[in-house]
Amino acid sequence: MGKHIIKNRQIVEDNWQHLADEESLPASGDIIINYRRWQENRGSLKNFSGRLGITIGGEVSAETIKDDLAFFQLIAIAFAEFKDGRGYSYARLLRERYGFQGELRAIGNILQDQIYYLHRCGFDSFDLDQGRDINAALKAFSDFGTYYQPAVV
Amino acid sequence: MYQYNEIDQQLVEQRVAQFRDQTQRFLQGTLSEDEFRPLRLMNGLYIQRHAPMLRVAIPYGLLSSTQLRKLAHIARQYDKGYGHFTTRQNIQFNWPALETVPDILAELATVQMHAIQTSGNCIRNTTSDHLAGVTPDELEDPRPYCEIIRQWSTFHPEFAYLPRKFKIAVSGTEHNDRAATQVHDIGIYLTKNKTGEIGFKVLVGGGLGRTPFIAQVIRDFLPKQDLLSYLEAILRIYNLNGRRDNIYKSRIKILVNALGIEHFRDLVEAEWNQIRDGALQLENQRIEYFRNFFTPYTYDSSAGKNKSYAQQLLEDKDFAVWAKHNTRAHKIAGYRIVYICLKAPRIAPGDITDIQMDAVADLVDQYSFGLIRTTHNQNLILADVKQSDVYNVYKALEQQNLATANIGTLNDMICCPGLDFCSLANAGSIDVAKQINETFDDLDYLYDIGELELKMSGCINACGHHHVGHIGILGVDKKGEEFYQIQLGGSAANDASLAKIIGPAVAKTEVATSIGKILNVYTEQRINGERFIDTLRRLGIEPFKNAVYS
Repeated sequence: MGKHIIKNRQIVEDNWQHLADEESLPASGDIIINYRRWQENRGSLKNFSGRLGITIGGEVSAETIKDDLAFFQLIAIAFAEFKDGRGYSYARLLRERYGFQGELRAIGNILQDQIYYLHRCGFDSFDLDQGRDINAALKAFSDFGTYYQPAVV
Repeated sequence: MYQYNEIDQQLVEQRVAQFRDQTQRFLQGTLSEDEFRPLRLMNGLYIQRHAPMLRVAIPYGLLSSTQLRKLAHIARQYDKGYGHFTTRQNIQFNWPALETVPDILAELATVQMHAIQTSGNCIRNTTSDHLAGVTPDELEDPRPYCEIIRQWSTFHPEFAYLPRKFKIAVSGTEHNDRAATQVHDIGIYLTKNKTGEIGFKVLVGGGLGRTPFIAQVIRDFLPKQDLLSYLEAILRIYNLNGRRDNIYKSRIKILVNALGIEHFRDLVEAEWNQIRDGALQLENQRIEYFRNFFTPYTYDSSAGKNKSYAQQLLEDKDFAVWAKHNTRAHKIAGYRIVYICLKAPRIAPGDITDIQMDAVADLVDQYSFGLIRTTHNQNLILADVKQSDVYNVYKALEQQNLATANIGTLNDMICCPGLDFCSLANAGSIDVAKQINETFDDLDYLYDIGELELKMSGCINACGHHHVGHIGILGVDKKGEEFYQIQLGGSAANDASLAKIIGPAVAKTEVATSIGKILNVYTEQRINGERFIDTLRRLGIEPFKNAVYS
């Protein structure tokens, strides 16, 4: 059974597989690869039969992959540190500048207290670290009922 | 004054609920200390030497009497009966209990106040000219633009986790800067272009702290409608490119200086070109909506005819001295701008008691349209007092120990809370302020010295703005002992400059004596009534340095 995540403001089972560096490419399924793997194997990955996702974040910016977006059904932005706010700008750029329409997922060290802002910046799915309270996170979408400034939503 | 609508009110109330939940989770142990820290900081809550410190926002330094009474109530009910005004025009409470902070925030929300983004690595309270709207030298009242920026920056989803804190100031005049605009991350001057259109000159990368910089011009003229898109472009470039590996190199000033202003400008302009025609564009109607909250009062046109003020000045010498130093000309004939001095001898600069706050609230209700302003020099202002009422105001202030006639003098110093309260400080500042006050207790001597800005910080973080003091004092720790570095020649005005260190730090007991030696050089060398800073700029620091260390 897959891990539970939040997607479109609901708790659902996740059927994407994060492919670790040493793991070989499966024959099918939905996989999330890291940026290095994409750089090194993009030729074979383009022909992958299942759906493809990629992880960026930190030093790997949204701009790095802006010309490759058509290959990805999912982009995961990893937060190694919850205080690193670059991922918020990456998300807005992907949605508003580069036109990415697929699933935009926040992964890693994120707090429920950040869900509202992340959502406004264009994230529609959230894969919280082990031990985080996913039900509490679900409630955080309604922390505020209104806002002052335009964003993605 | 800006009045909350339903949206503003809803947001502050929902913030109180959110913070109550965060505090509960922290106290229950489900939110760790490391995770709670940035969240509480974004609500102005520090954990300090003795107790938490709560910093309450006073947007661009404007307060109603109702709000001031609420602050007095909070000081009484939740603190030790006083508050401390800061260089960002905010107020701090030094002794609240952590578990009562949500209740304090709930009380603040009932009077359209909050502690949102008064700390943390986010966009802080926008500051402005404390004489906005009442001074003849401004092009336009800057406060509507401050309110527009306040709203845009409040809970901005993209910029809550910046590399470091971010401070913006707006001044209505380029020529008489009273808002320290050039030592801000972004400084904005209202300006006029060649065709006579009013817009903004935008500066970026100023700041104090460990590595001080004067801001550089990034754009000579920005049309009004582009204010927010331009700010958003700067913030985005900073959020994406600012350093996050070293907190001492994370401010935008470091990025601007590493890239060079031209390269930084190119990045910002390229980003701006992508978003300038978007949803952030300010329509004229929207600007007018905000300007309407700050329209001038209906002043009494016959106020100038009153002769009692001139008479009182002649009859009461103390009053005349106070009026000379603690009041300023108003743009309307027959009105005065009155300063409330929070630098009385033996009082920590910027401190005010609950009783004084209530008294000031009563005074402004009676004499100044119910509004108080806070200054970045840590004083208060009644901006619109009829000449004929000034004497009554003076008498009432005198009773409250709020009428020391030292505004603009050496003793009107900026001072951080220092080692007595702050967990960052290396050295005390309040007791040194007292030492200086006691040494220079002769008002006639102070008046002879004239305009002099003394600014003191208890550590390198420079909350007391020592880099831009005519005389700057920095507390340092030398093997567990408090020492004080003396710097000369700083200014935060339109001729902004950074002070230079004159030599080795002096012992705590030597601070006032050293200042005395510096002032002696000035009184001996000054020509034709030039100010201290002018003599200093003419002579350089050598003679002053020699006097201190000889």
